[in-house]
Amino acid sequence: MDVARLVELNAAYARVIDSEQFEAWPELFHDPCLYKVTTADNVARDLPSGIIYAESRGMLHDRISSLRKVNIYERQRYRHIVGLPVVLGQANGAAEVETPFLIVRIMRDGTMDLFATGCYRDKVKPDASGALRFAERIVICDGGRFDTLVAIPF
Amino acid sequence: MDIRHDEGFPETLNQTPRGAWPEDSLARVPYWVYQDEANYEREMRRLFEGATWNFVCLEADIPNRGDYRTNQVGALPVIVVRGPDGQINCFENRCSHRGALIAFDDGGNVQNNFKCVYHAWSYDLAGNLRGIAFERGINGVGGMPKDFCRDNFSPRKLRTTTLCGLVFATLSPDTPPIEDYIGSEVTARLKRVLNRPIRVMGRFTQPLPNNWKLYVENVKDTYHASILHTFLATFRISRLTQGGGVLVSPDGGNHSSYTIAIPEGANAGAYKEQQIRSDNDQFALADPGVLESVEEFGDHIQLQILSVFPGFILQQIHNCLAVRHVVPRGLGKMDLVWTYFGFEDDSAEMYARRLRQQNLVGPAGFISMEDGCVGGFVQRGTAAAADHVSVIEMGGATTESQATRATEASVRGFWKAYRRHMGY
Repeated sequence: MDVARLVELNAAYARVIDSEQFEAWPELFHDPCLYKVTTADNVARDLPSGIIYAESRGMLHDRISSLRKVNIYERQRYRHIVGLPVVLGQANGAAEVETPFLIVRIMRDGTMDLFATGCYRDKVKPDASGALRFAERIVICDGGRFDTLVAIPF
Repeated sequence: MDIRHDEGFPETLNQTPRGAWPEDSLARVPYWVYQDEANYEREMRRLFEGATWNFVCLEADIPNRGDYRTNQVGALPVIVVRGPDGQINCFENRCSHRGALIAFDDGGNVQNNFKCVYHAWSYDLAGNLRGIAFERGINGVGGMPKDFCRDNFSPRKLRTTTLCGLVFATLSPDTPPIEDYIGSEVTARLKRVLNRPIRVMGRFTQPLPNNWKLYVENVKDTYHASILHTFLATFRISRLTQGGGVLVSPDGGNHSSYTIAIPEGANAGAYKEQQIRSDNDQFALADPGVLESVEEFGDHIQLQILSVFPGFILQQIHNCLAVRHVVPRGLGKMDLVWTYFGFEDDSAEMYARRLRQQNLVGPAGFISMEDGCVGGFVQRGTAAAADHVSVIEMGGATTESQATRATEASVRGFWKAYRRHMGY
């Protein structure tokens, strides 16, 4: 797996979220897929729950339409800083990749908080057009505390 | 026998530190209760360390001898541990020597004793001080006085009780048996869900920017749920026009609200008529898998929220089950600790269904997300209104069980129990 292409994929991922082009976010996944936000502690204890858990691109789209049209929260956005991907292995045509991240939350009044750090544990493979997409992205947060609410995906 | 409100406490003040309770009414709550430092300290002593049962862990968290969890009872750090004979012990997590935490992890297993890291004083699984490092000094020099009696220096012990796999603890000798404390109606609703051994599926903590009571009131507030939370109303998970009601224990402190999965009939248009934002025709799910659910308890109750005073909540929304623990973290802060669970005998299909439905709750819950911020809105909105009051009068000014959720009976129930415990 070409690391430069993984970097490009991660950069596109961070950009669609941080620039609030949320509708483009599900397109970076295969369908079906697995997207889950959990914590290092749950992973260590082999507990499967996520605060966000999606098995299809449709479920990812539902997250976006819910945050756009349904849920109530104070205006906020994220700034992702994504580290360099490490390819851990290959299985079933997919690369297993781990990439560290840091997310700053910027509230409407300008308050900036370190909102989450952790690593993405991914299975990445090309789609029919050859573009790399996530078959799986498990967001493993280092901490187990999620301040106030999580409207925007990590 | 259920506990009644008129079983008063001996040291009733009939007056708060800020004067008389407004109008002496359960339908009025002064905003200083969320802001006053002295009142907060009094809550720690009279509520959490008083005659209340406080959730400390699940039995499933500590199945074997020496398994422990740490938690807080108000401000009081505690250790809950499975003892040698299978009993569950709870004691203050404070070394008798210099006051350090005896255990500083969330949980684990200690075999036979806890040893404080600071000076290696050790405690057995019942919280008795058993060992003191260098108690006799070195070569007869130093050490503790010969007449030092370890038995007089153990951490404070809490009584524990279990109910359907939940472990509660109390510092007070006067707290009534748990089922009397919760009340028979609400206890029956708790047993309805927790009817067999559970399996923990995940834990998450949600720090909230508000006083702990604002979250507890929100949980008891059946009126807001389908108005604030569009997701609930849009997908008919819970609307006030559906069947349901709220049960309030005689002492007011515990409640269970429920929604029954039957059509709304003649009331179906009511949300439209009230122009309620949460009735949203513009929203449909691309993948309704999140809502795919099965009748699990045989009674058509598709949503049940239950609370035990002061800070425990049990939730059943379709097949999504969780306990929530409210932990005060100072006047304007609290932690909401979520434990998602299923049952040990869940099929693979049910297990997968619960994982999908867990999207509905928690810090990122389609339904519960708004509850994370709305308490903070009240905390900020009332910043300069200490001596003003909120108006909690939907459904009258009393606290009895009602066959509707267009009522604030269970919120008033909270204040009834609160004032009784606080001596107001």
